[in-house]
Amino acid sequence: MTASVQERDLVVIGGGPAGLAAALAAKEDGIDDVLIIERSDELGGILNQCIHNGFGIHLFEKELTGPEYAERFIKDVMKEQIECLTGTVVTGLSREREITAVGQESGLLKIKAKAVVLAMGCRERTRSAIHIPGDRPAGVFTAGTIQQLINLDGYLPGKTVVILGSGDIGLIMARRLTLEGVKVQGVVEIMSYPGGLNRNIAQCLNDFGIPLYLSHTVVEIRGKERVEGVVVAPVDSRRVPILDRSFYVPCDTIVLSVGLIPENELSRMADVRLSSTTSGAYVDENLQTSVDGIFACGNVLHVHDVVDFVTRESWRAGKNAARFIKSGLPQCGIAVKPGKNVRYVVPHVVSGEQDVEFFLRVSRPMGRSVLSIQPGLREVRQRIVKPSEMISVTLSADVIAKAKSSGEIRFELDERGTGQ
Amino acid sequence: MVHFLECVVKAVSELVTRPKDSLGQFDILVIGGGVVGTAIARSLARYRWKTALVERFAELSFGTSKANSGIVHAGFHSTPGTLKAELCSKGCLMFPDLTSELDVEYKQNGVIMVAMSDEETDKLHMYLKQGEENRVPGMQFLSGDELRSREPNLSDRVVAGIFAPTGGVVSPFELTLALGENAAANGVSVFLETEVTGMEVRDRSIVQVNTNKGSIVARLVINAAGLYADKVANMAGDYSFTIRPRKGEEYLLDKRLEGTVHSTIFPLPTPVSKGILVIPTVHGNLMLGPTAEDTDDREDLSTTFEGFQQIFSMCSKMVNGLSPSDLIATFAGLRPASNRDDFVIGPSEQARNLINVGGIESPGLTAAPAIAEMVLEIVKDMSSDLGLSIEENEDYDPTRPGVRRFRCMTDEQRAAAIAEDPLFARIVCRCEQVTEAEIVDAIRRGARTLDGVKLRTRTGMGRCQGGFCTSRVMKILSRELGIPMTSITKRGGESRILLYEIKGLLSASSDSVGVVGSDRTLSSGASVDTSGGDSKA
Repeated sequence: MTASVQERDLVVIGGGPAGLAAALAAKEDGIDDVLIIERSDELGGILNQCIHNGFGIHLFEKELTGPEYAERFIKDVMKEQIECLTGTVVTGLSREREITAVGQESGLLKIKAKAVVLAMGCRERTRSAIHIPGDRPAGVFTAGTIQQLINLDGYLPGKTVVILGSGDIGLIMARRLTLEGVKVQGVVEIMSYPGGLNRNIAQCLNDFGIPLYLSHTVVEIRGKERVEGVVVAPVDSRRVPILDRSFYVPCDTIVLSVGLIPENELSRMADVRLSSTTSGAYVDENLQTSVDGIFACGNVLHVHDVVDFVTRESWRAGKNAARFIKSGLPQCGIAVKPGKNVRYVVPHVVSGEQDVEFFLRVSRPMGRSVLSIQPGLREVRQRIVKPSEMISVTLSADVIAKAKSSGEIRFELDERGTGQ
Repeated sequence: MVHFLECVVKAVSELVTRPKDSLGQFDILVIGGGVVGTAIARSLARYRWKTALVERFAELSFGTSKANSGIVHAGFHSTPGTLKAELCSKGCLMFPDLTSELDVEYKQNGVIMVAMSDEETDKLHMYLKQGEENRVPGMQFLSGDELRSREPNLSDRVVAGIFAPTGGVVSPFELTLALGENAAANGVSVFLETEVTGMEVRDRSIVQVNTNKGSIVARLVINAAGLYADKVANMAGDYSFTIRPRKGEEYLLDKRLEGTVHSTIFPLPTPVSKGILVIPTVHGNLMLGPTAEDTDDREDLSTTFEGFQQIFSMCSKMVNGLSPSDLIATFAGLRPASNRDDFVIGPSEQARNLINVGGIESPGLTAAPAIAEMVLEIVKDMSSDLGLSIEENEDYDPTRPGVRRFRCMTDEQRAAAIAEDPLFARIVCRCEQVTEAEIVDAIRRGARTLDGVKLRTRTGMGRCQGGFCTSRVMKILSRELGIPMTSITKRGGESRILLYEIKGLLSASSDSVGVVGSDRTLSSGASVDTSGGDSKA
């Protein structure tokens, strides 16, 4: 019964926006033997359940829905005749790029690939991960699960909802639930600023009169069998709940939008080095991980807020995987470091031989700020920066090359004086 | 619609024709479908008695047993001469055979009790002596360094410890469900969602047991009602013991930490419990807990911020590398502690045909198979008085058909399983690698709620906690049981998961969820939403 081992050039794990772009890019650069393995029955990933619009503004200058955005890439994948195995789950991955997968069409499958692109996306943080005390009734969902149940399956969880966390999916679900006749009692956010994009606060909460409780959190869930309500309390500056100012909000459903975690279980199996800040792989400017020939892109690498950036990043991953297969990739020796007020920068290491687009996130909301890159260049940012909005900066090879002597390039952010 | 009306007609006619005596006559009635009740029922099935078991929840093991720590105790904790000591030592040694007969996962990983001061080291010697008296085999006294060479992640604070090789870990709900399944396969009638509401007692004998589903007549009643064992005894006029629950919170960590410790790590016990432990579960997670908090609320399964803090501070003293960032699940259970220092097992002094099996707190899971044997002997002793004949059941089969677990298979076994049943190629729960074949099998073995599938197969028990698979499992339940998605519950009762179909709140009256409009055949066909009532007749 032992499956024979297939040899493939490139295997892309995940058929969401990241995987589709990576596969297409590699194909464009002359890799004909590309296989996409997708665990769901359809390509498109989480985009399929995102029936709201707003996708593609950067890339297509259009406001597409999630399925429309995905469709553009799926069509291209079909046109390029890239092989796709859907309903197939990768169960094993080694440093030597040996893949084990299980699917209804193919049974148990073993593949040895010349290169692998990790594009598995992310999962949602759960109630236990943020340890909300209280009873354990039915009616506690993550925002993405609710989105799937409503948009793909056609069911509503309940009729009065409290949303914890102001991440984008939570905000979008506040609007979606309201349009379905569900009463959204409010969105509760522990931070003093919203977790999602400004446009979502405006379009999903303000337009519908849904209250946003900043610097508040849920301190208890009540209900023996089904959720009956939550206790909400304000938090102090150290985010400790002020219990004597708590209040009770009746509801039958709680929706959690409290963060996303890159799904790197397969990466761990292959000994890919992971960052504790992004929970994704350490990658160089080619999106190659610490393991030769294994690349990572999209939300499995770091959580993006806009799919257009996922596509752009993944396109590069696919191109570089193709380069790796054809001629190999140069070593990178300049470490990229987040400095003051910067939470992380991706990629983590660069060469100074080519232009690089860096993605970074700040650690706190700031007013007009200056982003400085040491050594060498200083770039002025005019606008307000927030942790929820990823910043993209492209540096040319000669600018990066200035860091060759120190071996380190540092990104720092300073708030401008109030007078400016 | 037709289906719904048929149910109504049937229910009404049943009310008319069988007003009271609806559940039948039995030789023996076991009250309680936890690990103790199911173990007793299975032992009774070795004889030709007509036995029934009633459980108030939607499925077996949904009470105290579900939240048990899953430790098979070696037996050095209990005071010699007590029932706890005797039945724990005996029960522990029964686990290898029992779990192999029932195909329940079991690991004999040994237990270690650590001392973190000289004063505690002195106390270890007391437990070592106690273990010898309880005939616990193979115990060793080890220094801190010897322990760390065995368990490199033990903290430097650990100065000495006892290692007992016969301790193990098991899944408490898997065991309970397997005992119940095997009891039923051997002829025991199991009534779920059946709660005892009262008894008719005449001349110090129970002549009838009333439940929410109808009454039961039995020659002998065995009270294994856990948290309510005292209330059940009271119904028969027996006030000899009381139950006061002691809550325990448990915190489950990601499988990423598998191998942090190999044996279960105990501190020195406190006056009320065995302390807060670091448990490598049989499924490869680390579990921290339980706390021990007395409560008067027999339904309080809430977790608390205090419990969370207490557990991480205690466990971090013993073991390095534990962090709340690896938390994937938290839950609580209630120990049915009695006002006696020991298990309460024996014929009631008040009611002639009642055996009490109460106060089964720790080490109750370990003791359960030995308790069942003890109760069987008591039943035999009482049989002539009760008019029960002792005839062996020649058809009794102690083995349960094996459970095929995809996650435990080698790649070759997986390929073979898929060739036999293509549903093994459909991985539904990706965190725990559970296939559709296993979910269908669990439903055929009796699962009828989301938690029932979860406890049998591990769907939704992994790091995403059902974020991705809940809807898929519900669709399989809906298909296999022939019930609408909106009728599926988390664990029975009012714990429905999806309350409405889409657009269900936009129709004229949002409160009535009776019938879904005929134009709404978008996703699940023309399903009838009977969510207001119990659709299972």
